[in-house]
Amino acid sequence: MGVRGDAKYAQVANQNSGSDTVIDMQDVWKTYPNGTHALKGVSVQIDRSEFVYVVGPSGAGKSTFMKLMYREEVPTKGQISVNGFNLGKLKQRNIPLLRRNIGVIFQDYRLLPKLTAYENVAFAMEVIEAPRKQMKKRVMEVLDLVGLKSKANREPAHLSGGEQQRVAIARAIVNNPSVIVADEPTGNLDPETSWGIMQLLDEINFRGTTIVMATHNKEIVNTMRKRVLAIEDGNVVRDQLRGEYGYEF
Amino acid sequence: MNFNTLLRHFREGTKNVFRNGWMSIASIMSIIVSLSLLGVALLLVLNLDRAADEADKQVEISVYLNLNIDQAERDKVSQEIQDMPEVQNVTFISKKDGLETMRQTLGDAMVKGYEETGTNPLPDTFKVQVIEATTVPFVADKISALNGVNPDGPIYDVDYGKGTAERLFQWTQTIRVVGIVLVIALGVMAMFLIANTIKVTIIARRREIAIMKLVGATNRFIRWPFFIEGVLIGLTGSGITLAILLYGYSRLEVAASGWTSALFTLIPLTDVWMWFSILLVGLGFLIGAWGSTISIRKFLKV
Repeated sequence: MGVRGDAKYAQVANQNSGSDTVIDMQDVWKTYPNGTHALKGVSVQIDRSEFVYVVGPSGAGKSTFMKLMYREEVPTKGQISVNGFNLGKLKQRNIPLLRRNIGVIFQDYRLLPKLTAYENVAFAMEVIEAPRKQMKKRVMEVLDLVGLKSKANREPAHLSGGEQQRVAIARAIVNNPSVIVADEPTGNLDPETSWGIMQLLDEINFRGTTIVMATHNKEIVNTMRKRVLAIEDGNVVRDQLRGEYGYEF
Repeated sequence: MNFNTLLRHFREGTKNVFRNGWMSIASIMSIIVSLSLLGVALLLVLNLDRAADEADKQVEISVYLNLNIDQAERDKVSQEIQDMPEVQNVTFISKKDGLETMRQTLGDAMVKGYEETGTNPLPDTFKVQVIEATTVPFVADKISALNGVNPDGPIYDVDYGKGTAERLFQWTQTIRVVGIVLVIALGVMAMFLIANTIKVTIIARRREIAIMKLVGATNRFIRWPFFIEGVLIGLTGSGITLAILLYGYSRLEVAASGWTSALFTLIPLTDVWMWFSILLVGLGFLIGAWGSTISIRKFLKV
């Protein structure tokens, strides 16, 4: 399943089978053209099956940190490797190969508005040219997992925020990615819905998928204890297993 | 790309036309408006051009021979005219034929007197048609010059409606130029109108394209359904335009059959419909394909 067996993938991704490190950042700097220093020499390693919260004040570099992982941004300096892809050397045309093995989840869901829940999830499988039969089975399977089997034919506009985020999660996991990058996935949701989403992510993580999640939700971080990376002013100021949120807002 | 994926692109492209309901209708409308203008202009210009051709063809050179020349001399002059590269054909009208024509156009009374006395004042005449109407004055001069090489001076007069013919040529030339300019101008206008529609459509799609890229879609994967959607819209728009124009033209043809004017007749639909259809549908295809290709290009760099 998925693209990891793909010959092209294997060619581009230089996987170190011996190592358990999925994300490896070495002295990563990011300066935007307007002169903002978003990251100032960040070095982080995240292993397979880890669940990591990325916390910190707004504008501290969290978003840049997340974007670097799925190659929406390129570092100004330093080395990043994700799933064995050396992102500094990754060619433009090979970016899709990287992204097919990373599930991304956003605060604003980012579903295709004119497609149904089913079609949104299926899109990710169409992209990797999965056989249709297999696609149907797998899409229904993940929709069932996120509890939306009965709403498969609804368009995003006819789903609640929590349901839309569940569709986004289904889309993110449908190809069995090794990493999920979630940028404030509960940011637009009420506390109860947020907990539902967190349970889902926890379950996905339990099955072996690495999850990196940026969040502002103190309650979640302090209750569902995981590794915490705190970023302030472009630097990782705290890296703590089973850590606390550590901010008052 | 495997066959299933290709099928998927066709399916998605078709679905997109319906998913984007109003946008598709707006695009189709803008294609109908543009192509209708262009099509009407094209048909008008074609007909004017043909009318101009017909008018030009009316211009022929009459070569009146002297009354006293013999058969051998006449054949020699005929051959010399025939040998000129500009000349299409030469028709000989004998004195007798000339009188007959006169009877038909002017009536028995006019020719009766001549027939009774056995005199025929009409000269033997060559009617000369040229290949390119505008060369008429030049050819007429060349024919007059034949008197110089034939010592007897067999030619009495050469006439082609000097002055009138030149004015006619000027008019028909103007009509052709104006027609071409009109078609080009409308073509450019149509392009802008359609480009603008596409721009609006695509700005709405910008976000969708960005999302597709985040999920790992390649540019080609994103482009295909857009391309098919564009082509379908182009073909639909041109198809509707074609139906309207062909129907309108056939009605016009029916109405025009009552006209008595010999100078201006419509080109029959049976002569034009085929290549006109190919042209219009071809244009629709190109507009759709070109529109979808250029318009998503810049949004693919996400």
